[in-house]
Amino acid sequence: MSSRLALRTVALGYLALLLILPIGLIFFRTFEDGFGPVWDALTDPDTIHALWLTILITLIAVPANTIFGIAAALMIVRQRFRGRTLLNAVIDLPFALSPVVVGLALILVYGRTGWLGGWLNANGIRVIFALPGMVLATIFVSLPFVVREVVPVLREIGTEQDEAAWTLGASPFATFRRVTLPAIRWGITYGVVLTTARCLGEFGAVSVVSGKLAGRTETLTLRVENEFQQFDLVGAYTASVVLAILAFAVVLAMNLFRRETDGDRGAARQQAVR
Amino acid sequence: MAIAVRRVSKRFGDFVALDSVSLAIAGGSLTALLGPSGSGKSTLLRVIAGLETPDEGDVAISGDDATGLPPQKRGVGFVFQHYAAFKHMTVRDNVAFGLKIRKRPKQEIRSRVDELLGLVQLDGLADRYPSQLSGGQRQRMALARALAVEPRVLLLDEPFGALDARVRKELRTWLRRLHEEVHVTTVLVTHDQEEAMEVADRVVVMNHGRIEQTGKPRDLYEHPANEFVMSFVGPVNRFGETYVRPHDLELRLESNGSTEEAMIERVVHLGFEVRVELVLPDGRRALAQVTRDEAEQLDLDEGQIVFVRPNRTTVFSEAATPPG
Repeated sequence: MSSRLALRTVALGYLALLLILPIGLIFFRTFEDGFGPVWDALTDPDTIHALWLTILITLIAVPANTIFGIAAALMIVRQRFRGRTLLNAVIDLPFALSPVVVGLALILVYGRTGWLGGWLNANGIRVIFALPGMVLATIFVSLPFVVREVVPVLREIGTEQDEAAWTLGASPFATFRRVTLPAIRWGITYGVVLTTARCLGEFGAVSVVSGKLAGRTETLTLRVENEFQQFDLVGAYTASVVLAILAFAVVLAMNLFRRETDGDRGAARQQAVR
Repeated sequence: MAIAVRRVSKRFGDFVALDSVSLAIAGGSLTALLGPSGSGKSTLLRVIAGLETPDEGDVAISGDDATGLPPQKRGVGFVFQHYAAFKHMTVRDNVAFGLKIRKRPKQEIRSRVDELLGLVQLDGLADRYPSQLSGGQRQRMALARALAVEPRVLLLDEPFGALDARVRKELRTWLRRLHEEVHVTTVLVTHDQEEAMEVADRVVVMNHGRIEQTGKPRDLYEHPANEFVMSFVGPVNRFGETYVRPHDLELRLESNGSTEEAMIERVVHLGFEVRVELVLPDGRRALAQVTRDEAEQLDLDEGQIVFVRPNRTTVFSEAATPPG
């Protein structure tokens, strides 16, 4: 009994100290002087632009990595080709590599004097210190999540359901849409949630390639840092709270979606028990 | 011929799964491919279905060459050992899958699915999910799903392999009755000789990627082509070059010129059948099979000395032809 109590105290204490207290304090500090300053910070055009930019980058990076992630997972699990092990290892690279290094690497390739950058610049395409670079950096750092969530699910379901669908006359595309995709939907959903969270919160790589121009290439995370360094604490806290609310919304949306799609199944299961 | 396989070979790396196999299967029959694991029986079934491409040889279904056809266009129904149920669909949607792919009218799909669920005795479970069914029910659902598209041939890959012994026996009998009703050409893969003998009209015994013998269950048992078939289709004693089935080994209490002495090591009562494990003076072991009445008459007991005599023996010549 007492050991159980001790375990609970440690677990809850750990959570409180590391998670709940700091996040709670942010909320508290934000609204310390009432709603006025928060409203001013929120309606600052630069904040609105930062929010919009963060969402825009996420809306590009998440679908890109979802499609790539599903395709890569299918290749890793179901195809035999040279370099499969290599592909499998390379996909984890963004997990291991510091985002700052990713940013620098992108500058080396796409910067004004970079490997591809010179040609792109000559043709009027700016990548570094512009939206394309920020999108690339975000895609890079959030790339492994969908792959890593989908691969184990694909391994587990095997290929028999697909083969059954083929013998029943379903084309490879129809089989993918009606059989494979529904079977891996939870892996994908979880991967998308993690990718979204990572995209919203990305700082290091984007910081290096963005140029951090308020109102132009400043995302919400960059804005937090910027305001903090300029001692505009309410501004920094407000941007932080917006980020936290976005994150909560993503997690909440996943749970609602899960309840909805599992709803009819849960009911049927209960009926079976009765 | 409903299915004609000609000189089909298939390798997986260094492993030869099928070694120039030829086989003809008559329309409306129920054929069992019987063999130990790795004998190539499942590979042969998958080649017929188009799920595996042969390295050499060709396959014809209902007289049409199917070698280059994808599984979608072969008109086969396939049932897997582990059911391959579409877990996110209800029983009804599982069975309707092939019909929906073929874009049949809704009303027709509904009545056809109801009819099939009745056939496999799953009426009333249409709205369940596969996870809410027992193994036997799942496999019957898979069978209904395969039959829904009216396949020219039905292919079953160890269909009862994942079920427990009792359900397995029930489904066997049920499958036989279903086949009398539906009469679609059926090929069943199994490693269980009893299952093959009980269900099939014809049994194809396979080993090391080759066909050892094809025949009616009774012919295989009584006239096995070689030692492998002899020992695979039933238990057997080997004395030098002579093979004796345990039920052909007669037990007596007194010696007469042609008998051999043996000691009873163990007596196993299996209801009607009693198995007697024997040790011969030179240390060789033998198995005899007697009825319960015989065992009672002889009053068999462990440690007892008895005299044995084979009533019927089989000897295979070098060329491995059945005895005349």
